Amino acid sequence: MGPVLAGVLQLLALMAALALAHVPLGTYMAGVYSGRRHWRVERWIYKAVGADPDTQMRWPAYARGVLAFSVVGVLLLYLLQRIQGVLPLSLGFRSVGPAQAFNTAASFVTNTNWQSYYGEQTMGHVVQTAGLAVQNFASAAVGLAVAVALVRGFARSGTGVLGNFWADLVRGTVRILLPLAAVAAVVLVACGAIQNFSGIHEVGQFFDGHGVGGSQQWNGGAVASQEAIKELGTNGGGYFNANSAHPFENPTPFTNLFEIFLILVIPFSLTRTFGVMVGSVRQGYAILAAMAAIWLGFVALMMWTEFAHREGALRIAGAAMEGKEVRFGVGGSSIFAVSTTLTSTGAVDSAHSSLTGFGGGIALLGMMLGEIAPGGVGSGLYGILVMAVIAVFIAGLMVGRTPEYLGKKIGSREIKLAALYILITPALVLVFTAFAMALPTPPRSALNPGAHGFSEVLYAYTSAANNNGSAFAGLNANTDWFNITTGLVMLLGRFLPVVFVLALAGSLGEQRPVPVTAGTLRTEKPLFTGLLVGAVLIVVGLTYFPALALGPLAEGLA
Amino acid sequence: MTHVNNSLVNTGRLLVAGLRALLVLTLFTGVVYPLAVTGVAQAFFGHQASGSEVRADGRVVGSSLIGQQGYGLDYFQPRPAAGLGVNTVNTQYKLILSGATNLAADNPRLVKAVERARAEVVRVNSTPDHKVKPSQVPADAVTSSGSGLDPDISPAYARLQVHRVAERNHLPVARVERLVREHTEGRTLGFIGEPCVNVLQLNVALRELTTGH
Repeated sequence: MGPVLAGVLQLLALMAALALAHVPLGTYMAGVYSGRRHWRVERWIYKAVGADPDTQMRWPAYARGVLAFSVVGVLLLYLLQRIQGVLPLSLGFRSVGPAQAFNTAASFVTNTNWQSYYGEQTMGHVVQTAGLAVQNFASAAVGLAVAVALVRGFARSGTGVLGNFWADLVRGTVRILLPLAAVAAVVLVACGAIQNFSGIHEVGQFFDGHGVGGSQQWNGGAVASQEAIKELGTNGGGYFNANSAHPFENPTPFTNLFEIFLILVIPFSLTRTFGVMVGSVRQGYAILAAMAAIWLGFVALMMWTEFAHREGALRIAGAAMEGKEVRFGVGGSSIFAVSTTLTSTGAVDSAHSSLTGFGGGIALLGMMLGEIAPGGVGSGLYGILVMAVIAVFIAGLMVGRTPEYLGKKIGSREIKLAALYILITPALVLVFTAFAMALPTPPRSALNPGAHGFSEVLYAYTSAANNNGSAFAGLNANTDWFNITTGLVMLLGRFLPVVFVLALAGSLGEQRPVPVTAGTLRTEKPLFTGLLVGAVLIVVGLTYFPALALGPLAEGLA
Repeated sequence: MTHVNNSLVNTGRLLVAGLRALLVLTLFTGVVYPLAVTGVAQAFFGHQASGSEVRADGRVVGSSLIGQQGYGLDYFQPRPAAGLGVNTVNTQYKLILSGATNLAADNPRLVKAVERARAEVVRVNSTPDHKVKPSQVPADAVTSSGSGLDPDISPAYARLQVHRVAERNHLPVARVERLVREHTEGRTLGFIGEPCVNVLQLNVALRELTTGH
């Protein structure tokens, strides 16, 4: 069997696993957010928080909850890094400097997990497990909560209330993320991911360059438990610098496929949750089909360009193996690269900077589309629902009817909020990239010359604004400029869209549904799926075309 | 004025609620969860959880998952690891920083590195009665991995080294070929990943063969 066929079979196996999992998981998640009963442990948590989980919130209150929780998250994580030097179990690691600590705090709270630090030499046990990994759960649960609030906006009528943020946050963590992560972590350990608190310790090695003997120093840590939620919560921040290419994070070909599954399973399943909650699973399937079509198309393109390896050093080497692990090969690495950039994950099992020119472009474009196929945990669903609003609006313009989606009129307030949502991210990416390139110092952070050097900067802001976290990692991002600007871009790129989504949810929820007539666009049909994919590619994709032409297209066509 | 005070008080209350929520979630996801996973991991998968250590000659010689550099030419060579670094922050340790080169395909540095690596592989693996052709050198032999710690090489690269290893260890070529075959791992379930040869385990077996223990 050739590597191409093996790659395709892995893709098919992955699709089969996702197809099997999405119905039960999606239905389960719908139940989690719809049920009235509180678990005993949840009631205890609500008491500790001092919140009544049964108070219904309108969108401003819901948004204030999200923002308050996140502000506290940034502050606490910043503080934890700044005092690391005096914390126990910190292995003698020093406190992190202010700019880098701000960047990292913003990064993990926004579900980005961009890393301007080397995990091995920067973060001790306490910051990793009680700081970073906690935000892996919390930021994912916030994303889920916001998505569910938007779905409620579609599902409810004549009421502006969207649910209770604290209840959604706690249920998402306790009933969805924690149990799935615990099972996934044990699977990863069984396959070889490490899970210990040995700190930094001496381990014998075979050879030390002079003869048999010698030793090496290893970082121990709670790696598997962090790896599981890092993928499941579409976070992406690695325990080690090499992220999921590191054998202690991703030891075998099976764990590679398993980690891709973890990345994709909640975002794809949420389409089922959406279908159940709006009372029509077929509406969920239409969204799922759009996500799957884009994801599959991107994987096919990535495999094609990576297996063709027609450029420079890769052609000379005979395969695109620079930055890739032998055990994953080109096929497994291609599926991972697409899945991590079409979600808000940003974990990497290969060096994206060493992808072919087009391959790097596909990774970039995946993030630029707003990470909606299937997107981040929660953020993917609310992102594509906003695109669905745009798509029915475009369709409405074509036939001269007031557009509606799921019985809700898309009026001027709704379309303004949707437009703000899709404009904010490109504005952040393009403005900050332009400033960085125009200033004298920031471009010096680039490792590679020419078009690829520009791509490194463009990739950094695209990754930050879309809360992805992967990088063309040749870029030295640990400078004050990049730490501060990417930190700001991550915060704005996460929370402005969240506020727009919640405002949209509020105004949808207040409406009474309009009856379906012969003239209603049937949004559960393939025609709509096609329209949605088209809207995503044209409306969003084209925004970035000039920037893509300067970077990866120039590199790929050279 | 009361209005401003009210909203300040409300914001303060909200932030306190946020802080309490975060602390409670930290207890569950940042303390209980990692400790519980560690407990299960150490109880049932202690070997893996501690780093899959490989023992030979009664001592630990590394991890089957972590590639090592510095094998002499009597042994099988791993992939290049030009992306590895050493720690600059925490210098009381001598840590290996995992990582890739991140060089672009069209970067002249990478082109040169690949060409140089290939010439070197051809040179060291050619023996008087076995000449290696540049076209035989597989890609993994001339490129650095994503982690710099790739424990594996492709079966093609292992086979390419057989003549050199056999000659330098005064072993029959067929015996070393068999050793490589025994240490070649196919794709998981026949289709997941790529076939690979674990360099450390292969070299441990080679050493057992040459020294007799």
